[in-house]
Amino acid sequence: MKRVTLFCGHYGSGKTNIAVNYALKLKADGLDVALADLDIVNPYFRSKDSTAELEKAGVRVIALPFANSSVDLPALPSQAYSLVQNRSVYAVLDIGGDDRGAYALGRFVPYILEENDYEMVYVVNFFRPLTQTVDQAIEVMGEIESACGLKFSAVINNSNLGAESTAETVRSTSEKAEELCRRTGLPLFATTAEAGIAEDGMMPLKLQKRPFEA
Amino acid sequence: MSEKVLMKGNEAIAEAALRSGCRHYFGYPITPQTELTAYMAKRLPKMEGGVFLQAESEISAINMVYGVAGTGKRVMTSSSSPGISLKQEGISYIAGSDLPAVIVNVQRGGPGLGGIQPSQSDYFQATKGGGHGDYHLIVLAPSSVQEMADLTSLAFDLADKYRCPAMVLADGTMGQMMEPVELPEPTQCTVEKPWAVTGTQMKREHNIINSLYLSPEVLEKTNFERYQRYEKIQAEEVRYESYMMDDAEYCIVAFGIAARVAKNAITALRAKGMKVGLIRPVTLWPFPTKAIREAADKVKGFVSVELSMGQMIEDVRLAEECLRPVVLCNRAGGMIPNVDQVISVTEQLKNQVEGGRA
Repeated sequence: MKRVTLFCGHYGSGKTNIAVNYALKLKADGLDVALADLDIVNPYFRSKDSTAELEKAGVRVIALPFANSSVDLPALPSQAYSLVQNRSVYAVLDIGGDDRGAYALGRFVPYILEENDYEMVYVVNFFRPLTQTVDQAIEVMGEIESACGLKFSAVINNSNLGAESTAETVRSTSEKAEELCRRTGLPLFATTAEAGIAEDGMMPLKLQKRPFEA
Repeated sequence: MSEKVLMKGNEAIAEAALRSGCRHYFGYPITPQTELTAYMAKRLPKMEGGVFLQAESEISAINMVYGVAGTGKRVMTSSSSPGISLKQEGISYIAGSDLPAVIVNVQRGGPGLGGIQPSQSDYFQATKGGGHGDYHLIVLAPSSVQEMADLTSLAFDLADKYRCPAMVLADGTMGQMMEPVELPEPTQCTVEKPWAVTGTQMKREHNIINSLYLSPEVLEKTNFERYQRYEKIQAEEVRYESYMMDDAEYCIVAFGIAARVAKNAITALRAKGMKVGLIRPVTLWPFPTKAIREAADKVKGFVSVELSMGQMIEDVRLAEECLRPVVLCNRAGGMIPNVDQVISVTEQLKNQVEGGRA
């Protein structure tokens, strides 16, 4: 288990949900955890939306004070440095989508490489239109690696069709996930699914409620 | 139909436009519609004849749309509220020149720079003109990511059919939320465009794209002719969804994201024994006036649920001809009415109409 876990991937692949759930899981395992929202791309749904829940559970959240105040500013929280430099906490980093989001990571890379105790996880949803094939997923992967200067070390298969997902939806992508792992030489970190449909061997995710739901 | 994919509303609009044969996009990024521009930037340069251009401003973008529309090619621009305000002069020119084009507004809170959270407060601007002069836009209001795709395709078809600009009026939530979508099969424009400026090849008179008529007699004539087309649109293109209206005693009117909230409220209200239905306008212009007027004969009152200070409610009142009380259930500035609020306002209306306690 590495000290720093970074979640990167295609825009809308589910990085934020996974980062939030993963941080809560580490905390439940008794670890000292902090989560940094380094998404400079999307001012809407982001991990800071879950701050109250995370902080209640004892996970420290590092985000811009205006990350969810609707100020549309692509900036990074200064405290994020403390997270990569302070080696006493487990750090979960939620990175913005695609290569554009991954550029933001560049400034932290020297510290991450120096410590060399990190897992960089590629989050993929094969139902997203620009990562529907293994070739496309590998292309996006390469773009992200070039943008941030770090290499991926694992893959999360987060394939889903939103509220219409079933366990079968998730299972139907396992061959693609295996092929992606085989061709990139990376291990499968986890297969994720919404808690209500997750089967044995899948990492269950609790999702944020949507604004029009009761 | 193709296999389902999981898309953001903004991406679904972009992909549907490409599948409708749109190869020209001009825009300027603004939250919460930026994914649409980004998607076009990624896809169009790789397509045959594809042109993506991030203009220096919204004013430039809409005038580039005006230019391409004059050639008869399918063309689109998109923005969010403040950017759409900037485009109004160009939209009026496009309407005044009788050109088809698709304009997407993924609304955010206003007025002014406002905020980046979802809103429906550009209803007046979209349905009542926005720019200067006598004109209308066909205004389509999606309520799911699937409809973001489907109504974009429809917008291109209607714009071509009636030679007028069409608007897809969404909001920040619709643009940002992800849902499974069956993307439409690729289509092309099937309407002849003999008016298009494509070069005469020395074989015909010059086509002229223009909205300037210095003779008031001629200008009046163009207006009357255009309004004949608008009458046809009002007669033939009204679209709405009627949900649980058969036995309804109260009618909620809501579009877009507000209709999603309303449906959840209706489920809860019906569980409590209150017969409530929904009329969801899909076309905001032409407005489903007749459907609401007919509902007024059957129901005891209307609730207009809106993410604004109350704009569509004026059209609801005009449509139901003051036969029943119409009350507003709203949030503004980027806030969304929740299910509890809709339940409570609807129950209050019932108390007001029927007396007694909730």
